[in-house]
Amino acid sequence: MRITCPHCGERGLQEFLYHGDATVMRPRDGGAEPTQEWTDYVYFRDNPNGAHRELWYHNAGCHAWLVVTRDLRSHEILGVEAAHDVALRRSA
Amino acid sequence: MRLPRGGVVDRSKILNFTFDGKAYQGFAGDTLASALLANNVKLVGRSFKYHRPRGILAAGSEEPNALVELRTGARREPNTRATMVELYEGLEAYSQNRFPSLKHDFMAVNGLLSPVFAAGFYYKTFMWPAKYWEKLYEPLIRKAAGLGRNAGVADPDVYEKAHLFCDVLVIGAGAAGVQAARDAAATGARVVLCDEHPPREDAALEGVKYLPRTTVFGVYDGGTYGAVERVADHLAVPQAHQPRQRYWRIVAKRSVLASGAIERPMVFTNNDLPGVMLAGAVETYITRYAVAPGARAVLFINHDGAASVLAAMGNSVMAIAAVIDARAGSSPVIRDLAASFSVPVFAGAVVTRAFGKRAVEGVEITTRDGGVVKFDCDVVAASAGWNPAVHLTSHLDDKPVWKDEVAAFVPGKLPPGMSVVGAAAGEGINAGITPLWAVPGADGKAFVDFQNDVTAADIRLAKQEGFIAVEHLKRYTTLGMATDQGKTANVTGLALMAAATGKTVPETGTTRFRPPYTPVALGALAGPHRGKDFKPTRYTPTHAWAQAQGAVFVETGMWLRAQYFPKAGEDWLAATNREVLAVRNGVGICDVTTLGKIDIQGPDAAIFLERVYTNSWTNLAVGRARYGLMLREDGFVMDDGTTARLGEHHYVMTTTTANAGKVFQHLEFCHQWLWPELDVRFISVTDQWAQIALAGPKAREVLQKIVDDGCDVSNAAFPYMAAGEMRFCGGVKGRLFRLSFSGELAYEIAVPARYGNALAEALMAAGAEFGIVPYGTEALGVMRIEKGHPAGNELNGQTSAHDLGFGKLLSKKKDFVGRAMAARPALMDPARPTLVGLKPVNEADRLRGGAHLLAHDAEPVAANDQGHVCSAAYSPTLGHSIGLALLKNGPARHGEIIRVYDPIRNGDFLAEVVPPVFFDPQGSRLHA
Repeated sequence: MRITCPHCGERGLQEFLYHGDATVMRPRDGGAEPTQEWTDYVYFRDNPNGAHRELWYHNAGCHAWLVVTRDLRSHEILGVEAAHDVALRRSA
Repeated sequence: MRLPRGGVVDRSKILNFTFDGKAYQGFAGDTLASALLANNVKLVGRSFKYHRPRGILAAGSEEPNALVELRTGARREPNTRATMVELYEGLEAYSQNRFPSLKHDFMAVNGLLSPVFAAGFYYKTFMWPAKYWEKLYEPLIRKAAGLGRNAGVADPDVYEKAHLFCDVLVIGAGAAGVQAARDAAATGARVVLCDEHPPREDAALEGVKYLPRTTVFGVYDGGTYGAVERVADHLAVPQAHQPRQRYWRIVAKRSVLASGAIERPMVFTNNDLPGVMLAGAVETYITRYAVAPGARAVLFINHDGAASVLAAMGNSVMAIAAVIDARAGSSPVIRDLAASFSVPVFAGAVVTRAFGKRAVEGVEITTRDGGVVKFDCDVVAASAGWNPAVHLTSHLDDKPVWKDEVAAFVPGKLPPGMSVVGAAAGEGINAGITPLWAVPGADGKAFVDFQNDVTAADIRLAKQEGFIAVEHLKRYTTLGMATDQGKTANVTGLALMAAATGKTVPETGTTRFRPPYTPVALGALAGPHRGKDFKPTRYTPTHAWAQAQGAVFVETGMWLRAQYFPKAGEDWLAATNREVLAVRNGVGICDVTTLGKIDIQGPDAAIFLERVYTNSWTNLAVGRARYGLMLREDGFVMDDGTTARLGEHHYVMTTTTANAGKVFQHLEFCHQWLWPELDVRFISVTDQWAQIALAGPKAREVLQKIVDDGCDVSNAAFPYMAAGEMRFCGGVKGRLFRLSFSGELAYEIAVPARYGNALAEALMAAGAEFGIVPYGTEALGVMRIEKGHPAGNELNGQTSAHDLGFGKLLSKKKDFVGRAMAARPALMDPARPTLVGLKPVNEADRLRGGAHLLAHDAEPVAANDQGHVCSAAYSPTLGHSIGLALLKNGPARHGEIIRVYDPIRNGDFLAEVVPPVFFDPQGSRLHA
């Protein structure tokens, strides 16, 4: 697999670490109680038959966290963005 | 027999070689297989299960029979295909899977037991009694049924890994592949041409990177291909600085698969006798190597593609007894060609059996009208058609599709960017074919899969017993397993299952292929990363100094740390005890550089720390350090360490040695993904600073001798948990932290890494008058257990803050990672195993990590398990064994006597539950 890091260009899979689902969001206000919202965030994951947004870490590169859109059926990479940019947009 | 002319071998270069110790000669350009055939050696191996005599079937990488042990000693390599071994001077090869000799193999008795070894024998035989399996059956079967022996010692050769990037990767340098490479290069594309065979002149093209002896073994995502180049396998030993093999990771925008096709054997009784060969292989031996595999041949076919074999044999000195063409009327192509050599054609006839003792001596055919005719021959050239080598097209899970016109599977949906050309695409093969999967009436030993000894009868048996699905067929009969992965067998096996079930081949399906196409040596995949080079070794800045002190080192992650510093006559325990007592009563130093150090700066640094640590940080003053606890988002403890505030917006965090990388990655995650709005930056500075712990009642007196004038390190000016910049040894700018892992008055001194060695020497000189000692990770570990500090054994990913006695560090006033999930009732349950200390009732008993804890009167069964010992040590301070343990309801049970049960190491004794801090529980020594 090849991932095009926004900072480093197209690099081989072995430079990256897979983290997990980028569609789940940490409950915005935190909170002290282990609510259903928290359980969903920490444990529950969808396994879509098609495109999925995932978090990857460029461990052997620039240390950027990336949001990678990947087709889970073919492993085709459909898009890569810096997670920081996505997160800033989300919080804006 | 070597033909008088022809071939591409170099007759001017005679090469000497041995097979099973007997000397032979061949020519440069031979393979081991062609050289053996040139010397009339037909028997080259014994079969896997029945130990039947076997010869060379093929001329390429699909060979299932001619597996040999190549080379001797440390370079001995089992299961090497003789058809792929290029001959070199002094080559030594041995047959395998025979005892005592190839000619007289006692295990051939397995052939008599063949009903026992039929399909599914693994599952049916030797079932009872169970205890006999391990002791008797398995060793017996392993000795009887098996392939070669490995060298048993380390491989002396080196292997490389490399990357290649190209526009077009062409796989296979046959006519179609060479043409594709030429066409692609003409467009200006960067082209790589890989071929599994030795270099050929016609494949060396201008503007093409040609990699001969290179097998593309796998297709991976994103246009990535795996290939192994056998750089020096054609030499007796690699040249100086030359790798034996090179593993290529090739990234290509497009690929052209020109892998050709693999011939199918005919299935008739005794079709495995040496001398029964694939027809195309016979042609290859004649035309390429100028070797006639025998003097008199029978050609057994069902398609016109075999015409070239007939021509090659007819134009050589070989006699051809007959052409047996299973098709009702044969074909004009075959009939005319046979007539030109005056060879009779038996149309609509089949070879029903071959006979001979250790090689074929003749065949019996059944003619169209049912008559039986016998022919003497020493070669049967048989071809049931060709299968396109579609393997690489299905590595990304796509299936090949059946094409009736050629009676074969051809590539279906292809991996992105791949095209297929030539025979691999089903072009130009199997003209006029009438499928014949097995000769009617073939009984007994009519083999489909030669390498696994799977017969046509085995496939019928599998059907009869209900193992009809292709994946079941494979596992039940072992069809298509082992080193050749059924290259010559799979399609025939499937077609026979289709026939047995009355279905078509496409209805029956196909097993999909996985990498590797041909076996890949693990050495090639490992490349240079083995032994010491398996992972990097990180040395501490005081490594050279510690070596000079006679330190014994221990691996902690990638680091090599001093474990203890033995004096003459001391073992590890004596040295550790001495070091501990020296620190407790005087002073010692220990390199703690390996702890992760992360420099954190920015206006929001304090807020950031608030969110990643469970405890409070905004109230930490400049010049102070604090212990911090980190959780994962699921509420379990991730790591701990101290963080010091060096400036208004400047902190330096320490992590455990083991988790340094993980914590850094976690901080990046928190900042980049969770809280991007925070204005904070951080960088790992673990390698930039040498850090040495100075611990013991005399620590301050030593320190005062090495700090520069004007640096006040008195208890008032630099109290417990103080931190700040300091100058040492006449101008070296460093940092001082008053931290203690040992429980003593202690400091950690950080200087730029290049001064680490000098700092150790300066501390030793300054401390000489106080009896200073260096101490290693063993003494460090003993002292932390004496002080009840949790470390790696307790921070095991399954413990909560409460479990470790850190409940009070969970702030109630702020959000932090793991806060909500740590509040789950089950994690707050006091019945969870919680940190306690253990002290044996009989002080001579020794606590060991991993021992289980039971109520003192409980039966030792799993249901009564109440926890386990995490860390244990002999405490020289207290004079007995001590341990830290996780015990259900632990803190409420101080004073209780419990049973410590460790059956594996014969441990079964009583211990008292005590608070986890064994030494100086008030911490008065820290503040001295």
